[in-house]
Amino acid sequence: MDRAALYNAKSETMPRDELEQLQIERLQSTLNRVYRNVAFYRTAFDAHQVNLERLKQVSSLRELPFTTREDLRKSYPYDMFAVPLHDIARIHSTSGTTGVPIVVGYTRNDLRAWTECTARLLVAAGVAQHDVVQIALNYSLFAGGFGFHQGVEQVGATVIPASLTTNLEKQIAIMRDFKATVLISTPSHGVNIVAGLEQMQIHPERLHLRLGLFGGERLSDSLRHQLEEQLRITSIDTYGLTEIMGPGVAGECQVRDGFHINEDHFIVEVIDPRTLEPVAVGEEGELVLTTITKEGFPLIRYRTGDITQLNPEPCPCGRTFVRMARITGRTDDQILFRGVGFFPSQVEEILAGVEGTSPYYQIILEEKGGIDTIEIRVEVSDKMPFLDEVKALEALRIQMAKCIKTALDIEAKVTFVEPRSLRQLAGGKGRVVDNRPR
Amino acid sequence: MLKILNLEAGYGPLRVLKGISLHVSPGEIVALIGANGAGKTTLLKTVAGILKARSGAIEFDKRQINGKPPQKVVELGCCMVPEGRHVFSTLSVRENLILGAFARRHRDNGATAVTELEQVYKLFPILKERESQLAGTLSGGQQQMLAIGRALMSKPRLLMMDEPSLGVAPLIARDIFQTVVRLKEAGLTVLLVEQNARAALAVADRGYVIETGQVVLEGTARELCDNPEVQRAYLGKDYKTIDE
Repeated sequence: MDRAALYNAKSETMPRDELEQLQIERLQSTLNRVYRNVAFYRTAFDAHQVNLERLKQVSSLRELPFTTREDLRKSYPYDMFAVPLHDIARIHSTSGTTGVPIVVGYTRNDLRAWTECTARLLVAAGVAQHDVVQIALNYSLFAGGFGFHQGVEQVGATVIPASLTTNLEKQIAIMRDFKATVLISTPSHGVNIVAGLEQMQIHPERLHLRLGLFGGERLSDSLRHQLEEQLRITSIDTYGLTEIMGPGVAGECQVRDGFHINEDHFIVEVIDPRTLEPVAVGEEGELVLTTITKEGFPLIRYRTGDITQLNPEPCPCGRTFVRMARITGRTDDQILFRGVGFFPSQVEEILAGVEGTSPYYQIILEEKGGIDTIEIRVEVSDKMPFLDEVKALEALRIQMAKCIKTALDIEAKVTFVEPRSLRQLAGGKGRVVDNRPR
Repeated sequence: MLKILNLEAGYGPLRVLKGISLHVSPGEIVALIGANGAGKTTLLKTVAGILKARSGAIEFDKRQINGKPPQKVVELGCCMVPEGRHVFSTLSVRENLILGAFARRHRDNGATAVTELEQVYKLFPILKERESQLAGTLSGGQQQMLAIGRALMSKPRLLMMDEPSLGVAPLIARDIFQTVVRLKEAGLTVLLVEQNARAALAVADRGYVIETGQVVLEGTARELCDNPEVQRAYLGKDYKTIDE
């Protein structure tokens, strides 16, 4: 284990008591700022009779109200910004597949902090100056591409902003010809690349890849092994979310036993999503994050909806930051499919839009050869027009798939099943079957 | 080196500091920035023991100094250069400096005071020239140098400076800030309170912005300089260009 591989040793190995002082200082100044500048927080704190002057330690954070995704939606587009738009240097946003998008503004200092955080993840992963890093993530409102890009430049490695070109062959040709040593992508795009290599009959040994950084999606153990074997790489997983900070919140070090959270920028809590009380250390619960350095879009106790657990044990890598486990699920029924999040209710709405009445349906998720697949089973009903005409039924099926593709940007396989076969699932369990390995 | 947690202090019914937390690490220059009445001087006075804290903790070198009398705080190595110099105008420059070593008088019978004196003279040659002149007859800038020199006579490890550029000609102010940097290079840790935010941030490593007794911003000097809010409020960038 190379203990020297730290981007910012002073911060990343800071003794816990110093970190605690820094956290309380930054938390207090953040709270003072949001109370002064963000109407939402002023109202929320006043409604909860929060006296910020009484907040004397990091653990007092639990006396403050939460911020939810719904709150952020209502703020569309700029109501949660803590600085005038004039001071915002860049805007990113969520995709909005599950509703109104959430718009996130970064000031110049926020961009600098973000760069620092992604640079730390990259160095922790093992990226060095001599690396050639191919970023196969979208450079768009989606924060992934830009987030990693600035970090790679900061580390001093060579960056190839390949983005997510629709042409896989091009992506692979770049990787081979430009001698990329590090790939940054979603796991599913990694799988696509594996398939592409096979198709183009390029042996992975002919690539120069040695390291893969993944994010934006679930990276199961099986998928991880598959990617490592087929691309001849070491894989490192990262965690981030657009609302808080694209990539940059947390990432694995080379010990690969949990994600170090950049605790000098974020305060982390894990709560029981039912009681909303903090769980005991090491227990599983919903991840709640508070930003303590952000100027443009600070968030207090943001409920991520992601289920994880914390490991406060010291890490052999020397970092003193706490580690979180890989996300094991969601608190809501949101489905994460190839980097896209959506709710079953949205599928229902789309199907109803096509058919005219709300149909009975079931969503089945599988992982085949590292690729997530989704099947939507729809119960045939006598209300459907031309039930007896195969051609008309087929047209209806195709139209449903098309509408889902348009609205949610996912390629779903739609199948019709016998009448009354799914009825018993209405509104209950079994409506979503997720057979993907964790 | 200095660690302040949830400090509250004030004058009579007036609450000035409303829960301030900050720290100064060894070898750093940390600037406190804020408008008049924000609580910067109150903070220094409370750390120095001149003012009693109502609540909160002040830790200097891992020791609680909250409630300790001022002379004790100086003995521990934390010394303040007050705003407006407060030199003894009817005493000579040399006498003023020797008084600065008062807290150490028992330690070595004043033996090292002579070496200290030489060092202060080396730092501010003008004081050597004016050694026997009455302090009251010095110019503002020279008095400021004298006040800094007097503080250094106590051999502090943390120097707290309150508005060292106030009422001093710009050129002299620049000299004083350069001196601060030289002191840092010599290993001294400095907590600097300044109205002249630009000058303070130019020499500081980190800073805190204080508004009505609370910290509203913390960051490296560069981050604070780049913060538009700080630019508008403290660095004199034109407010009218903001069309929000």
